[in-house]
Amino acid sequence: MDETTTFEPRIVAFLCNWCTYTAADLAGTSRIQYPPNIRVIRLMCSGALDPLYVTQALLQGADGILIGGCHPGDCHYQSGNYKARRRIAILKNVLEQAGIDPERVWLRWISASEGQRFADTVTEMVAALRQKGPNPLKQLWAA
Amino acid sequence: MTFRVLLETKEGNVTAAIRSVLRALLESGRVDALLAPCRPAEGAAVVPAVVTAPQQVDICDPLAPVMPVNMATLAARLAAPGAGRRIGAVLRPCEWRAAVELIKLHQIDPERFVAIGIDCLGTYDAAEYAEMRRAGLEPHALWAGAPAGDAAPIGGHSVRSACQMCEHPTAAGAHLHIGLIGLDYPRQLLVESVEELPLEGSPASEATLGARAQAIADLTARRTAARDRILAAWRGRLGDVSQLLAEFAGCVGCQNCMVACPICYCKECIFRTPTFDHEPEQYVHWAERRGALRLPTDTLLFHLTRLNHMATSCVGCGACESACPNHLPVATLFRAVAQRVQAQFDYEAGRSIDEELPLATFREDELPQV
Repeated sequence: MDETTTFEPRIVAFLCNWCTYTAADLAGTSRIQYPPNIRVIRLMCSGALDPLYVTQALLQGADGILIGGCHPGDCHYQSGNYKARRRIAILKNVLEQAGIDPERVWLRWISASEGQRFADTVTEMVAALRQKGPNPLKQLWAA
Repeated sequence: MTFRVLLETKEGNVTAAIRSVLRALLESGRVDALLAPCRPAEGAAVVPAVVTAPQQVDICDPLAPVMPVNMATLAARLAAPGAGRRIGAVLRPCEWRAAVELIKLHQIDPERFVAIGIDCLGTYDAAEYAEMRRAGLEPHALWAGAPAGDAAPIGGHSVRSACQMCEHPTAAGAHLHIGLIGLDYPRQLLVESVEELPLEGSPASEATLGARAQAIADLTARRTAARDRILAAWRGRLGDVSQLLAEFAGCVGCQNCMVACPICYCKECIFRTPTFDHEPEQYVHWAERRGALRLPTDTLLFHLTRLNHMATSCVGCGACESACPNHLPVATLFRAVAQRVQAQFDYEAGRSIDEELPLATFREDELPQV
């Protein structure tokens, strides 16, 4: 058995175009090194994210979901991120009651200039998910 | 309530007394049409119908303890926003509370909608109701328990489990309310309204109102205890998601629960779009990844998404469970999740038209832990 095989978490990241996606872009152009475990989906606003997609990603076996939006008060569309915050609060409550770990879903406010913060968040999330281990839903054929 | 009157029934015929109230509403022009549970012929099932002529009110059977469909859904078809007639609807408490949510969801126009609430001791599933009648049992006998607020089983048949844990035996807040619990049934009924009505009766004494309030409080307390017991037992059965999957192994994705739900009003639900018509190769690919793939796919996703979308407005009517062909514990699951989701926002679905929907509003400073 290969002792050096570490579990590589697969994170699906829903990033808002104006802030978090731009921050991720900035991290890239600044050549900040961070784990390559994220798959990015760009949305115009965190408020445009239907919890259906987060749930589907988890049921499909994603180890972690990162939702990135503008800081409260700075939403490009005024109040999208406030709505996202309520929706994700409900989503995590529903997941917990269903027996799915809500700590695999992270909602983070990262502004366009915070490239380093974006990289740090991903690094932090990969480490946290390595601790947790793979999403058990990957093994369930009846899900 | 500005208007309150105690009506005496003739020969203990409560249904006839309620019909006289409904007839008065049509005759006075307070409503143009009345949505009520009706009986097409003696012994047949109860069907919702719109009645426009006062003489047709004789087909109405508002006390039949069965709810084939949550009337709020039908009320939304008749009293949708936009110009139209004034619609009155006879609603049991859960139907009224669903209507409150639908008003807030802009599916019912409050300007031309008159809610006629009526007390409820519980309902039987439609199939069970029919079975009871075929066996010669009279489900209507449930109302004998009205004075004490009791809903004793009839011939071994109990009301639905959603009813057993319903803490709302009265439709508080409806424009007009017909009360039976805690009164001298079948001799009396209480009619309360926000406006004057052309009805002849006597004033209700403090003693009468007090006795009624006490019976309602006692029934509510018993139901609340049953609710806590049933939900604790349900939550105790769940651990990680495998237990939930086991409970819902019988789900065949028919979506009857969604069709029956008064809150699920979307004209096009994403689960009915080609989004979920997967390519043949996709099924096999997914099966290869996990070794096997449950079919139909996306059933757990369907329930979790429906919870995410409507748990804030779930009034616990149980129409979902009644509609499920495989008798899955949908109502219990939704009630349990909705309880905690609504608690997050100190919200109670159906409590008040003035209370904002949690998903339609926000505070600048809240939920720092999310």
